[in-house]
Amino acid sequence: MSTNKVIHAIYTDDDVLMDAVKATRAAHHHIEEVYTPFPVHGLDKAMGLAPTRIAIASFIYGCIGLTVAANLLNYIMILDWPQDIGGKPSFAFYQNMPAFVPVMFELTVFFAAHLMVITFYLRSKLWPFKSAENPDVRTTDDHFLMEVAVSGNEDDMVSFFKNTGAVEVKVIDKH
Amino acid sequence: MYTFSNKLKTFAFVLMALGLMGIAYGFLSAPKTTQDVEKILAESHHGGHHAEATTHDAHAAAPAAEEHNAEKEVDAKLEAIAHEAKTHEVAADSVHKTETDSTHAAAPVAEEEHHEAHAATAETHEVDAHKEHQEHLEHVLHQLQNKPWAALYVACIFFLLISVGVLAFYAIQWAAQAGWSPVLFRVMEGITAYLLPGSIIFIVLLVACGMHMNHLFVWMGEGVTDPASPNYDAIIAGKSGFLNVPFFLGRAVVFLAGWNLYRYLSRKNSLAQDNASDDSFYKKNFKMAAGFLAFFIVTESIASWDWVMSVDPHWYSTLFGWYVFASFFVSGITTIAFVTLYLKSKGYLEYVNTSHIHDLAKFMFGISVFWTYLWFSQFMLMWYSNIPEEVTYFVTRIEHFKLPFFGMVVLNFVLPILILINTDFKRLTWIIVMAGIIILTGHYIDFFNMIMPATVGDQWFIGAAELGALAFFLGLFILVVFTALTKAPLLAKRNPLIEESKHFHY
Repeated sequence: MSTNKVIHAIYTDDDVLMDAVKATRAAHHHIEEVYTPFPVHGLDKAMGLAPTRIAIASFIYGCIGLTVAANLLNYIMILDWPQDIGGKPSFAFYQNMPAFVPVMFELTVFFAAHLMVITFYLRSKLWPFKSAENPDVRTTDDHFLMEVAVSGNEDDMVSFFKNTGAVEVKVIDKH
Repeated sequence: MYTFSNKLKTFAFVLMALGLMGIAYGFLSAPKTTQDVEKILAESHHGGHHAEATTHDAHAAAPAAEEHNAEKEVDAKLEAIAHEAKTHEVAADSVHKTETDSTHAAAPVAEEEHHEAHAATAETHEVDAHKEHQEHLEHVLHQLQNKPWAALYVACIFFLLISVGVLAFYAIQWAAQAGWSPVLFRVMEGITAYLLPGSIIFIVLLVACGMHMNHLFVWMGEGVTDPASPNYDAIIAGKSGFLNVPFFLGRAVVFLAGWNLYRYLSRKNSLAQDNASDDSFYKKNFKMAAGFLAFFIVTESIASWDWVMSVDPHWYSTLFGWYVFASFFVSGITTIAFVTLYLKSKGYLEYVNTSHIHDLAKFMFGISVFWTYLWFSQFMLMWYSNIPEEVTYFVTRIEHFKLPFFGMVVLNFVLPILILINTDFKRLTWIIVMAGIIILTGHYIDFFNMIMPATVGDQWFIGAAELGALAFFLGLFILVVFTALTKAPLLAKRNPLIEESKHFHY
């Protein structure tokens, strides 16, 4: 039997929150989400979240940037119109390579950084004019909120979270 | 307390013995006279000629030395221009022919005279050629006689500067009040113990150079600053205010004494802090580290001009001090990682965890990139402007040292960046060891590339003399470092940051 009910347990201290998260995981309750006003070190590990792969994505974007820069310069400077500009040898790519390195470096960094940021926005569904999702405005200031799906006895769960040091436990109907 | 394992000690002694044999072989097999050189050249004539041909081909491929050869390589697109030039040539030829013909016709009497003069010129040509040949032999003789010295010099300065790099890293950790590294302080102190014996051997080598026992430093040559001498070199003479033997040796002594003094005092205070009742020794070390770093950055820069750049006294580069520093700094950090991993594997470093290793690996990665940045900045600025007086430095390296010169960029940049970019990899012992071997090999070759082209030129080879010198100093380094590690507990006791360091977790 599944309901749309969730429990909102609110804490005022990140250490208490960490202990509560560990206890909740040990009691096999499913943590839907945790809202915090600042990054809590080690929270992702305590919640058992999978590590991010954004660094791998960034590495790939950097490789793409390097390829783009090398092909761009090779086409323009070597293949399309190999002019003699100040005696620089434009007979082959490697001959004039040192002069291309600054551009290749910058484009690698540019692609790696910007595409990674855009990936981050897409994956975390962030964009301008997006309506905020925080269930309680205090979570952006000094309160921590853990959202847990209700399964089984509701009263037992409420008393369980009261015991984890929550200052407030609410049962909410989610749609 | 650490006990020096007998196996490692024997290994160090074997390395030193083999190294001494290699060094001795290098000195004994060096030619004594130009006759010996003639024999060596005759023996390797075929091979040498062949090698020359390949370098000539390869020369065209060099990015910095392309100009002439690249121009010779007629591109399909330039063919039209070349064709035009050929027509011009033919026209010029025909004009020349008629001219010669008319001269011949007009002056038949002068022919005999002309013939005689021609014979005379041929004779002078022969004399000139002989003289040139003798000069060439002398040149090669000096290069071959330099070879065992240069091999010794490169290995000696490489290991000396590794311990200096560790000392600089150690001072930075103190001055920055780093919370992660105090568990590694005793390891670093152990490695810097090599500084004293290393500096003594190095000073002896420099004195030997100053006493004209070799030709490593051209500016030390006799008559170089004397306008009446055939060896007179106006450029070097103009620098003799800085480049003269007494000042040079004096500077070397002051620099090394300063570094050794800091090493001695900081080690003493670090040990005294173990049994102290307050943090006064810690504070002393903190202030001393800051002072040392200021002294170090000035003296290191001058030392790099003296000991490395002055083998090419006609050449100069402004970022050279930083470049040399980056090279031995990353080698020093790699050495710390090696000794730490070794001691950890033997169970001596209880509080060192993978996070400490991870931090060291990040430094290895970052400083490798920093070295590459400086290497490329130095190379690219000179390649780009191509001013003859400074670009010759790279032209000789690319012509005669193509594989070591570009190979070291692969070893010092491409491989470390690909291996050490992964966070998980930075925690694996075998990855760190592999990357460390690559980095240390690469930076030995870096020093090889800095010293050899000016001292032995195209007569370079990594053979018995070079490997022997490397083995000898490696053996000595292991012996001194691990002996020093037995002298004190491997964990600093009352360092105010030691608790944080023990629980360091990244």
